[in-house]
Amino acid sequence: MSKNITLTIDNQPVTVQAGVTIWGAAKSIGINIPTLCHHFDVKPYGGCRACVVEVQGARALAAACSFPATEGLVVFTNTPKVRSARRLVVELLLANHPKDCLICPRNQNCELQALAQSLGIKDIRFPPAKPRWELDEGSPSLVRDPNKCILCGRCVRFCEEKQTCSVYTFANRGFKSTVAPAFGKGLKDVKCTMCVQCSVICPVGAIVVKDDTAKVLEAINDPDKIVIVQTAPATRVALGDYFGNPAGSVVTGQMVTALRRIGFDRVLDTNFTADLTIMEEATEFLKRLKANLHMPMITSCSPGWINFMEMYFPDLLQHHSTCKSPQQMFGALAKTYYARKEGLDPSRIVSVSIMPCTAKKHECLRPEMRSSGYQDVDYVLTTRELSQLIQSFGLSFNDLPPSDYDPVMGVGSGAGTIFGVTGGVMEAAMRTAYEVVTGETLPAVEFNSIRGMGGLREAEVDLKGTKIKLAIAHGLGNARKVMEGIKAGNPRGWTFIEVMACPGGCVSGGGQPINHDMNFRHKRTKGLYADDRNLPLRKSHDNPEVQALRDDFLGGEYGGHKSHELLHTPLKGHDHP
Amino acid sequence: MGNPNTAIAQEFDLTKMAPIYDTYKDVENGSLIPVLQSAQDAYGYLPLPVLEDIGEHLNVPISQIYGVVTFYSQFHLEPRGKHVIRTCQGTACHVRDATRILDSLKKTLGVDPGGTTPDLQFTLETVACIGACSLAPVMMVDNDTHGRLTPDAVPKILRDYRG
Repeated sequence: MSKNITLTIDNQPVTVQAGVTIWGAAKSIGINIPTLCHHFDVKPYGGCRACVVEVQGARALAAACSFPATEGLVVFTNTPKVRSARRLVVELLLANHPKDCLICPRNQNCELQALAQSLGIKDIRFPPAKPRWELDEGSPSLVRDPNKCILCGRCVRFCEEKQTCSVYTFANRGFKSTVAPAFGKGLKDVKCTMCVQCSVICPVGAIVVKDDTAKVLEAINDPDKIVIVQTAPATRVALGDYFGNPAGSVVTGQMVTALRRIGFDRVLDTNFTADLTIMEEATEFLKRLKANLHMPMITSCSPGWINFMEMYFPDLLQHHSTCKSPQQMFGALAKTYYARKEGLDPSRIVSVSIMPCTAKKHECLRPEMRSSGYQDVDYVLTTRELSQLIQSFGLSFNDLPPSDYDPVMGVGSGAGTIFGVTGGVMEAAMRTAYEVVTGETLPAVEFNSIRGMGGLREAEVDLKGTKIKLAIAHGLGNARKVMEGIKAGNPRGWTFIEVMACPGGCVSGGGQPINHDMNFRHKRTKGLYADDRNLPLRKSHDNPEVQALRDDFLGGEYGGHKSHELLHTPLKGHDHP
Repeated sequence: MGNPNTAIAQEFDLTKMAPIYDTYKDVENGSLIPVLQSAQDAYGYLPLPVLEDIGEHLNVPISQIYGVVTFYSQFHLEPRGKHVIRTCQGTACHVRDATRILDSLKKTLGVDPGGTTPDLQFTLETVACIGACSLAPVMMVDNDTHGRLTPDAVPKILRDYRG
């Protein structure tokens, strides 16, 4: 693989490793060949033909994204022939594409729009020739508009390659070609986990997150309602992207100020319930480990993962932790503990969460998520929806003075904040489990053995005599490997497993701002680890607000009767399609 | 799991599939299309329970199977008639009044091209050319060729096929 190859692109010599495509070689010398179907997260496909180039001696134009560079190749990326072919390809796509850019959710963040503009296309020579399709609006998490689909197949490939769910396919042929679930069903009628990574990888507005901002604004504008908002760990390192900050910038303070200016009555932190999740989950883990009950135990914070488990491995549900996700623990407490503490009428509370995650929009609607006597979390807005909301309020986000969360449920430790990255929940749990089991202070807070971007990682932690074998998986394809391992009798001997549905974890959730930097996951991960380092508290069990909750409300213990009533839920396996 | 198709799958007779899987059991990749063809031969079309069963046996997602089935015009998701009529629309037939033959077929059968009669006796299709121009206007019923047609001859020919 380390063999080097030298080729010539636009009269410039380029040396690249064998296996690199013409597209990659051109990029390495600053030539950006346009593409619509190519994406760093999926395998090359060569479907859109926007990346065609002229290869000397070749009969036809070549798709740079899938044509491997070879020794001595002579490539031209901008000959008249190439430019006219490229223009034709884009014009044909535009002929069928709706022209409602002004009111499209992807306006100014659309790869087709950007490409048409960069090619200087001013008129379209062809009339539209494709049928009109119905919108698919049945899913609580996303809306699909097949009329905007350019058939690039990125969603088809991501869902198949990374998530192994294969929800989408290319159906029909010719003008009737479309990307859709099998049998033209709606997404709510197929095994879609609602991770909605397809909306992140879609180059246009064909797959977008369901917009719930209007409902939230209605609650804010209702004088009878007290609107409480919680912000998930991963939101603070992604919201800034939208406002032009480098990927991974920590913008917690500006986000809190923005939420107050928009009119939320209380701004609180999901990191608080992330810490609480650790206390509940570590307690549960140590109990189950001792009793050897349904081992290995698997984390349950990622609702896309929960859906996946229920859809594909319903026989293994008992391996799940019974802990609700931090969002739902927060919701259950907002209308009980918080309401009592603050003297609020729970029937007047509207509980909103800002999440990197689209599956959360479905999670909050589950029937078991009403343990406060009301729907525990009323509305979920993704980070993308929040960024739009901030913009619509005319707030100059980067100039906002930072401010702190409100008290009672507003303090989170560094352990809570790293819930947003793959391995973070496990590391947070180990920080606590170690100190609870050994009664000693951790020599080093950071567990580097757990960190990393490997899709399925293993580590061993020695709790002074008790060795536990950990596995960390992110992306549902890796989760599937874990479950197949458990099905096969757990030959690797795992005791505790963390799974996150989205590759990279919540930092790159389906509701996060779309970032075209291929290192964005890494940068946001670094951002959260930096946030962890800079927080005064780094272990969940040191969180004074969580301790106060335990003593004032949970009967002085974690995992007790009250906890089970509000913070845990048995996984029954829902009626998924 | 609340799969609405499971109930149907249990009722549906899938026994015809076993020998088909057996035929292709040594093909590692790429047996999907021949299995679909054999299944269609066995059932006359490709019902959903059969497709789900194929997906499970070959470990191919149902979405991909749907993609293949809707791509190739040889596959059918709806029941087909016992006899398939293909009436020619090629140039030679066209100049010899193929349109009137098609009209007569539509009138006799009560279906449009692509349709199947409610009694599942006939499916009507049009083809661009069947390569029998000297017999124009021409149609095929199953593997039989009927040439030099007149609109009035159509009902009688079809009558002979009714079972």
